[in-house]
Amino acid sequence: MFADYSWGELVSIFAMQGFAGLILFSVFVLMALGLAIIFGQMGVINMAHGEFMILGAYVTYLVSRLFETYLPALFGIYFFLAMALAFVVAGALGMVVEWALIRRLYKRPLDTLLATWGLSLILQQLFRTVFGAREVGVTIPQWMMGSLPLTDTIEVPINGLFVMALAMGISAAIYVLMFRSRWGLQVRAVVANRVMADAVGINTERTDRLTFGIGCGVAGVAGAAFTMIGSTGPTSGQLYIVDTFLVVVFGGAGSLIGTIASAFSISQAQSILEFFLSGSMAKVLTLLAVVGILMVRPQGLFALKLRK
Amino acid sequence: MTEKTPTSPLGAPSRRAFLAASAALSASLFLPKGLRAQDFPTATVNTTGLAVTDTDVTVGILHSVTGTMAISETGSVQAEKLAIDQINAQGGVLGRQINFVQEDGASDWPTFAEKARKLLVDDKVASVMGCWTSASRKAVLPVFEQYNGMLYYPTFYEGLEESPNVIYTGQEATQQIIAGIDWVTKTKGAKSFYLLGSDYIWPRTSNKIARKHIEKLGLEVVGEEYYPLGHTQFNSVINKIKLKKPDVIYAIVVGGSNVAFYKQLKAAGIDMTKEKPLLLTISVTEDEIRGIGGENIDGAYACMKYFQSLDNPNNIEFVKAFKAAYGEDMVIGDVTQAAYLGPWLWKAAVEKAGSFDIDKIKEASPGIELATAPEGYVKVHENHHLWSKTRVGHAQADGQYKVVFETADLVEPDPFPEGYQ
Repeated sequence: MFADYSWGELVSIFAMQGFAGLILFSVFVLMALGLAIIFGQMGVINMAHGEFMILGAYVTYLVSRLFETYLPALFGIYFFLAMALAFVVAGALGMVVEWALIRRLYKRPLDTLLATWGLSLILQQLFRTVFGAREVGVTIPQWMMGSLPLTDTIEVPINGLFVMALAMGISAAIYVLMFRSRWGLQVRAVVANRVMADAVGINTERTDRLTFGIGCGVAGVAGAAFTMIGSTGPTSGQLYIVDTFLVVVFGGAGSLIGTIASAFSISQAQSILEFFLSGSMAKVLTLLAVVGILMVRPQGLFALKLRK
Repeated sequence: MTEKTPTSPLGAPSRRAFLAASAALSASLFLPKGLRAQDFPTATVNTTGLAVTDTDVTVGILHSVTGTMAISETGSVQAEKLAIDQINAQGGVLGRQINFVQEDGASDWPTFAEKARKLLVDDKVASVMGCWTSASRKAVLPVFEQYNGMLYYPTFYEGLEESPNVIYTGQEATQQIIAGIDWVTKTKGAKSFYLLGSDYIWPRTSNKIARKHIEKLGLEVVGEEYYPLGHTQFNSVINKIKLKKPDVIYAIVVGGSNVAFYKQLKAAGIDMTKEKPLLLTISVTEDEIRGIGGENIDGAYACMKYFQSLDNPNNIEFVKAFKAAYGEDMVIGDVTQAAYLGPWLWKAAVEKAGSFDIDKIKEASPGIELATAPEGYVKVHENHHLWSKTRVGHAQADGQYKVVFETADLVEPDPFPEGYQ
């Protein structure tokens, strides 16, 4: 299939294709980090993850409308405020949900699955009632929508760069939080042994609530970022949830490094296959490979060793 | 989710709003008016026990107002309610006011079948305006045929179907596709095409027709590809398109994927206003552009039968009435207009037949003309599809299409096209 192309063309295509893979990787990381925190650290399967993302997207939409109306001069930078607000709003809702719903179900993990699925339906209908059934159009500042021409043939989309930077930033922030802060220490202690952590004076309830809140907040930020590349509607969250679970389960629950490694392998496999095959076949082969690997290694790529 | 009265349903136009709008509208309509119910005794116009009384007749509206399809079907519900209100303001059908029962298909095909059965068996509605996806239509079809109901189906679809119990008010695939491809080859000199679609029956069947037609013209298809519904990452296929350098990207992407596709296309540096490649779609109406953002699809072309910007007196009145009823910021897409035709076509069929009986409506439907359609004159074909014009619109940054081409004559519907299967 490459016979008709010159070397230069081929190089630029492969460069751009490599870049497409990296963007997909960053998207997967952003989607999966929030879920990985909640699933990995608390064992809660949050089926409403997609809806927390879309909450972030709607916050972005509202902020963009506010800036358009009241502060048109600062429109170019509204996105940063929107992401911060998305984190706060989604995180706050996450903490409320943890307090009202999740903490009553810690001993019944399968029930959290049903409860959060119900929550996702409630949130979807809520979005539909408040914002209408149609998708809303989020206006992205002009400087974020173009592409950077590196050479004559290689063009790099700016929103792709932005998503990549964001994914790296958030991963780094979570790393610092988990492994360099007191809160992270407490979370890890609670994960390792809840009863003992309680006995040595760690407020496990508060730790759980914060963990859940931060997981949901990260989902909100991801949702805000995805307004650049995807749709914002009441059910848009459903578009991401399958891939998100795939990444987290494949990476091994409880391991943030695993999540990143799995996001990388799945995104690269998919992006390369998509280039040589059709879109649907690429997805089929990727899923088959994941199923195959999980059969051999049910705990996922990386698994945390715990004494139960 | 059952609403019995036409006066206070959620999202329906306020009576005052539609009265104001329809006062203007009725002046331009020349359908038979002033038919009095006493001239059509119920016993003679309703011999099969439908929900028809001396003063009222009940119809059904069956769309998804919850679930993933609510995005698309909301406009259809609004248009159907508007048409019913306008018909009532003009004196109803055979002197009877139309009431409606609205059911929610909830984006779930078995639910559609169950609700269709409920409308036909329990409510005994005289006709149903409803369904949107082909899957929902296929699910309700056996129900309509078993209980002998009448369905007015608004969406442009893949064809390959012809039921006596359905009037298809949208275009079937050949009507929509062939004129568009002829236009792009003649006026833009296109030689090569890249076909792209979401992975289900409508895009696949449509692209099959497109491919056959392109090959008949002696031109080239350089790629054909499908992505799962809900796919959100199109960077790989965009790279492939850049590699193949087609003259035309022929895109039939639907739903949330649409937004992702056009945003990523723009971010990848493909400026559609330069028309290199030119983008031609049959799946993006003004409704979808609201989600995509006008600035992200500026310069693309769409081929369908109706655009909100159509400049004719019928359409100007229609847009005015629609906005008066539902708000100034409403947009009207192809399917919304087709849904608006449903109640009017049913009314015309009932009046032509002089009866609400389904069998008589079936018989009366072919040949019915509607000169007041917003898209312009339409006529029902023997095969229960509509003769209609096909148009090409050029997407503008404000989210509207500018009509750049329209077929000289009505295009004949051909749901089982010879040589395209």
